[in-house]
Amino acid sequence: MTDNKEMTPKPAEGSVKPEKAAKPSALNIFFEEVSRNSLTVTILAILTGLLLGGVVAVLTTETVYSSFRTSFGLGFREVFRVFGITYSALFTGSFGQPDVIRAAIASGDWQQINVAFSPFFESLVQSTPYILAGLAVALGFRVGLFNIGAEGQIFVGALAAVWAGTRIHGLPPLIHAPLALLVGGLGGAIWGFIPGWLKAKTGAHEVINTIMMNYIAFRLSEYLLTGFLKDPTKAHPISATVDTAAWLPRLFPSPNRFHIGFFIALILAYLVYLLLFKTTLGFQLRTVGLNPNAARYAGMNIVKNTVLAMALSGLLAGLAGANEVLGVNRNLGVAFSSGYGFDSIALALLGNSHPLGVVLASLLFGFLRNGALRMQLQAGIPIDIISIMQAAILAFIAAPGIIRTIYRLKEPKEESGSPLLTAAQKGQVQ
Amino acid sequence: MTPVLELRGITKRFPGVVANDHIDLKLEAGEIHALLGENGAGKTTLMNILYGLYSPDEGEIIVKGKRLVPKSPSDAIAAGIGMVHQHFMLVPVFTVTENVMLGDEYVTKGGLLDRKRAAARIREISDKYNLFVDPDAYIKDTPVGIQQRVEIIKLLFREADILIMDEPTAVLTPQEANELFKIMGNLSKMGKSIIFITHKLREVLEFSDRITVIRGGKVVGTTTPAEANQNLLASMMVGRDIELDVNKKPAHAGEKVLEVSGLTVADAHNHLIVKGVSFDVCAGEILGIAGVQGNGQTELVRAITGLMHPVDGKISILGQDTTRAAPKEIIELGTAHIPEDRQKDGLVLPYPIMDNLVLNTFYKSPFARGAMMQEQPIRENANQLVERFDIRTPSIETPVGSLSGGNQQKVIVAREFSRPIKFLVASQPTRGLDVGSIEYIHNRLIEKRDDGCAVLLVSTELDEIMQLSDRIAVIFGGKIIKILPAKGTTKEEIGLLMAGVDTETQTPVSQPVPVG
Repeated sequence: MTDNKEMTPKPAEGSVKPEKAAKPSALNIFFEEVSRNSLTVTILAILTGLLLGGVVAVLTTETVYSSFRTSFGLGFREVFRVFGITYSALFTGSFGQPDVIRAAIASGDWQQINVAFSPFFESLVQSTPYILAGLAVALGFRVGLFNIGAEGQIFVGALAAVWAGTRIHGLPPLIHAPLALLVGGLGGAIWGFIPGWLKAKTGAHEVINTIMMNYIAFRLSEYLLTGFLKDPTKAHPISATVDTAAWLPRLFPSPNRFHIGFFIALILAYLVYLLLFKTTLGFQLRTVGLNPNAARYAGMNIVKNTVLAMALSGLLAGLAGANEVLGVNRNLGVAFSSGYGFDSIALALLGNSHPLGVVLASLLFGFLRNGALRMQLQAGIPIDIISIMQAAILAFIAAPGIIRTIYRLKEPKEESGSPLLTAAQKGQVQ
Repeated sequence: MTPVLELRGITKRFPGVVANDHIDLKLEAGEIHALLGENGAGKTTLMNILYGLYSPDEGEIIVKGKRLVPKSPSDAIAAGIGMVHQHFMLVPVFTVTENVMLGDEYVTKGGLLDRKRAAARIREISDKYNLFVDPDAYIKDTPVGIQQRVEIIKLLFREADILIMDEPTAVLTPQEANELFKIMGNLSKMGKSIIFITHKLREVLEFSDRITVIRGGKVVGTTTPAEANQNLLASMMVGRDIELDVNKKPAHAGEKVLEVSGLTVADAHNHLIVKGVSFDVCAGEILGIAGVQGNGQTELVRAITGLMHPVDGKISILGQDTTRAAPKEIIELGTAHIPEDRQKDGLVLPYPIMDNLVLNTFYKSPFARGAMMQEQPIRENANQLVERFDIRTPSIETPVGSLSGGNQQKVIVAREFSRPIKFLVASQPTRGLDVGSIEYIHNRLIEKRDDGCAVLLVSTELDEIMQLSDRIAVIFGGKIIKILPAKGTTKEEIGLLMAGVDTETQTPVSQPVPVG
């Protein structure tokens, strides 16, 4: 066992001399560093994924083929047109149209400015549940837990928040809104606690149990929305509108839906960062995640930490659900979450399970998703191109070798791969 | 006479290091040639090149006058080179015959396996070299020493005449090791040439014909047992003078710190591994537990440190019953534990050194204030310990996983020794370390003893047990079969006990040697 280590000599070993190399210039060192940096791979993966989406958009557009049949030059012109309009629509859809913004500012009319900027704010609105759910999954990863159940936890969080928002009356907004948010978070926490407890006590794998909890949550929401929580005045299964006191306040007049949930998400990201990296609890959680044996050896309580991590993860996902209900929809329909919980797994990976990374990845996904709406309306490019872009980005992140080969990057110094993912898969309580 | 094997200027570079730097080596026919070096010196790399697992960047290999460029182990085997790996490559549920013919099967005319012919050949080889191997035995039922001979037969079956043995005695009892050396003697008398990789000086001096020492990827020199002695070889290996003998004052045993009575521990499959063990360790003494790997030491230590709950019996530390206590309670009583597997249990490899140094004190002042970790004290602690325990690292932020084995072990020792402790459990504290690190860690253990700490030392290295212990308990088949004072006890006595033979009655103790 021990002698095998000779095969991979470690530079830290004092006895072995480093190889002499030609003295590199400062510029070379800079490129060398950039080339080995894993952030470079992330950025290139995103750009390549976005590019691939454009290629697919071109390939799936009928006019491209018909133009080519007419003439080669016309065909090429069409290719560039589709390519251009895809990205420009994506950009203006997510950030706003520069000429409209300019005109609005020139007019000096507040409502006009508000409208001009509303695409940008809408992107932030789209990013908010991503941030919260992404944090949920990232927290789990850090503790070696694969929480596939964020989607279910979002549903339960939304149900709990709607209950608090529609069944409790007469509270002032300063109390009702935080209370409803908190009740939503608790609903998610319970949904995360159950598989965490099952894992810690019986060894049942959290991947299986969180998937099962998802199904229970979906059916539970259907059951409640057709019965207990249903708005009796409506024909279809939908809840009553949440009391205005429980709404998360919007900061601008309609159509701008930007609400304070975005700031809540940012604050929570910072709190998760503090928790993981600055507190004794976080130290224990991360130790359990990276090496449960060493955690036990050092006297840490694996059962307690596992259960706590799943409950906290569920809490964050539950808040994502509550945030959507109280801040955006203000009521709850059957198909309310369009897969935020599943996208959040991707976000945690893309963000390397670091709160800051998750926030950035969530903004990327939020802006893409919002921009895609305009892309579909204006350019006739189907919204699903976004899913292809997201999937390609993730595939490149998960298999950095592809990116390294395409761009001829150097191997990283340390195996940075995705230690969290492997730790999550190995992380068994013994 | 031309050598059977000659390595000329073998050089192998890995990113950042030269693992082999122009290594020259000559192996004469019928010679036992020891290749001696610390971990990381480049021995295994060199043998992997010879065996076709790596290709060298420079240099050539000449086998019986012909140049060989092995691209894979099969090329090496075809040239008559065979290797016995440190970890055996055997299928436990197959018989000896099946294992030996694996990859080189004898078949009948009908295309079926011809076990009979293969078995006859194995019997022939076994008789010729006095190996005493039964071709029809199942590997899972054979002791480790015999399994190793099966590995040797595998090579002879393929007509290898250059045998490479990688740390062959690491898994053997002293008696089994002596048997192995007899066999190696027989093989060399019959014209086989043997390269024997080790870092154990005694074996080299007693059983080899010539010794080549490598250090830092270079050949330091070639000598013979007649010209060399242990201290000379050790300083050749390490590159500085080494004090091999541990200087220790007589022990002043104080009150009982650890008391174990009737301790019985079962593994995950409910097999009893430790069977009713009783002993105690006093303040200011080192009790050494000697035994061949796999006789219950691991489980014994895990039970004492709270990582496993015993089925029966009682453990108390400093008068407190800790039989079913959680690891944290045991740690808080003042227990330190150097775990058997440092990477699995003792360290979080991706964590920086500074975090690993507070792995079990992170919640205490000054490292934490309330719920918040305090980075500055953690850094100061790390800087002090790196200095005091001579941990060779570029910085305290370096992940422990990128340190060498010896430095990883020093991180654990630094962590465990830097807090006030009254009881120390050291399990295989020097496994896989180089001579320099071993010397260092031994001295620290003696220091702790002299400070009045009770030390329980578990080791499969008999030399280590003999050098450090004040009393020696021999464990065999899950039972402690004897506890002796270290003074006046010979190595042979302990060796026999480790093999399950009671010296006074000369009869084997009932249990068979567990396999694996």
